[in-house]
Amino acid sequence: MLPGNPGKQDRGLVWALGAGATFGTMARIERGEVERIADLARLELAPDEAERMTAELEAILAYVESLRAIETDSVEPTYHAIPLATPLRDDRAAAVLSAERVVANAPERDGFAFVVPKVLDEDEA
Amino acid sequence: MPFESVVELRAALDAGRTCALELAEAALARAEAARGLGAFLRLRPEGARAEAAESDARRARGERLSPLDGVPLAIKDNLIQEGEPCGCASRILEGFVAPYQGTPVARLLAAGAVILGRTNMDEFAMGSSTENSARGPTRNPWDAERVPGGSSGGSAAAVAVGIVPGALGSDTGGSIRQPASLSGVVGLKPTYGRVSRYGLVAFASSLDQVGPLARSALDCALLLEAIAGHDPADSTSLPDPVPRYRDALSGDVRGLRIGLPREFFEERSAADPAVLACVREALGELERAGAELRAVGLPHAQHAIATYYLIATAEASSNLARYDGVRFGRRAAAASLGEMYRRTRSQGFGPEVKRRILLGTYVLSAGYYDAYYRKAMKIRTLLRRDFEAAFADCDVLASPTSPEVAFRIGEKSKDPLRMYLSDIYTVSANLAGVPAISLPCGFAHALPVGLQLLGRPLDEATLLRAADAYQRRTDWHLRRPGAAP
Repeated sequence: MLPGNPGKQDRGLVWALGAGATFGTMARIERGEVERIADLARLELAPDEAERMTAELEAILAYVESLRAIETDSVEPTYHAIPLATPLRDDRAAAVLSAERVVANAPERDGFAFVVPKVLDEDEA
Repeated sequence: MPFESVVELRAALDAGRTCALELAEAALARAEAARGLGAFLRLRPEGARAEAAESDARRARGERLSPLDGVPLAIKDNLIQEGEPCGCASRILEGFVAPYQGTPVARLLAAGAVILGRTNMDEFAMGSSTENSARGPTRNPWDAERVPGGSSGGSAAAVAVGIVPGALGSDTGGSIRQPASLSGVVGLKPTYGRVSRYGLVAFASSLDQVGPLARSALDCALLLEAIAGHDPADSTSLPDPVPRYRDALSGDVRGLRIGLPREFFEERSAADPAVLACVREALGELERAGAELRAVGLPHAQHAIATYYLIATAEASSNLARYDGVRFGRRAAAASLGEMYRRTRSQGFGPEVKRRILLGTYVLSAGYYDAYYRKAMKIRTLLRRDFEAAFADCDVLASPTSPEVAFRIGEKSKDPLRMYLSDIYTVSANLAGVPAISLPCGFAHALPVGLQLLGRPLDEATLLRAADAYQRRTDWHLRRPGAAP
């Protein structure tokens, strides 16, 4: 079920959905998949949060399904709207942030090093 | 002197009727009086007074002064200023103090501006209402029960209510223009690469751009002149020289060809009919001033929102990977590194940011990259071609900025997709990289309506000229909200 059913206020939704999609088209995304993605993104979701996110992502993915109908086989992707060359500079040392400034925001530090909890545990090993 | 423009404040300074310190004090007092609006996350009374005193000293020494010298301005909380906290209205950046100077702020300071404070926003600029702020929403100056738009809602409200004559925002999918429209001010998203993003906290790097909000096109021109231009510290900044935009403001739009994308004006289009009526009337005014209106097609614009939310979330999921509790910001207590990452990020990010990170991670994940991300990048090419074709026959394109006037606080916060559709007219400019401006063009339901004009790459001058010509013939931009302090 799409959150917020289309009503009078959803003129934009109807328009932007275009011809290729209907509200009945549901992208298949399971809660387990959302939890797997959350793990990849290093996010923990509470059970009710996972439930809600699954429904919301499903609605958003159903919406973007309309793009599938567009023929793009011979179209090159645009990664940047304005063409840019990779700028080069002379290989000379320049002024950079001092080590003190680099670590100034560290939640925990030891001299100029960032201190973190142990890297390996049962989950991570 | 609330509601005086940059130009008027500068004239008052030049005539000796006031000094920069007095302007800063008055602006600070207005900001304090308008605290309930929630426009500012942080005021800088000491910093602003020091910058103002320096401006007064420069004037006393008879130095040559830029148009912004001594003028109080505000900046969005995602633009860093050296030595100042920068939080992006997020819990995860609590305690972060910028260790270096960002270029947009550096250029404002070099122009002599006084930075009054940091404005509220949707967390990490993700939102269209400024409700997604960890510090609470900003209210619309025209109706406190409504949103100011977003994500640069604090900047828009601060300008609309007359605390400052101008502010900086950022625009990834409409985040300058939509709040400008909903709050009744002018907002300009420059061409991608026109303004350096060194010191802008990254959201979606192929779309993000910094730009000004003000109450007049002329003030926007002055702000853009100050911040635009190549910066070796931003590899995406364009090398092209910066024109004196103010010189383009001739008041003359005779022969200007304004294209009206059919898809944006047709009967079943997205907009509230009352909003469309205001926009049509504004276009009629430009026509009476000598502009030519013609219909054009942007056939792929109807896919812009879907395309945008694939690209923007993919890039955001990558950009926001840096918030892990190791080097800056908030860190949650944990026994292992992995647990620390997960707890820090789960406690530090709000729901909309998590939603977009999840969507972006999904879109980029194995098996889905071609179907979603690459597909979106190809549709972006089709949209870019639509613009190239339209600009072959037109100098600017016009549309409403937002399909509707300011909505009620809470009205859309439970429905992300409906919130995303607030950006239906604005995201195309980001996808195509072209500049676009929103300017006040009337009222519907007693709330401001914005006209959007889109231009060719690097042709901000024509947008500003058209907006200025309209403002010379109308007084919508001079209307003041009842909530003004």
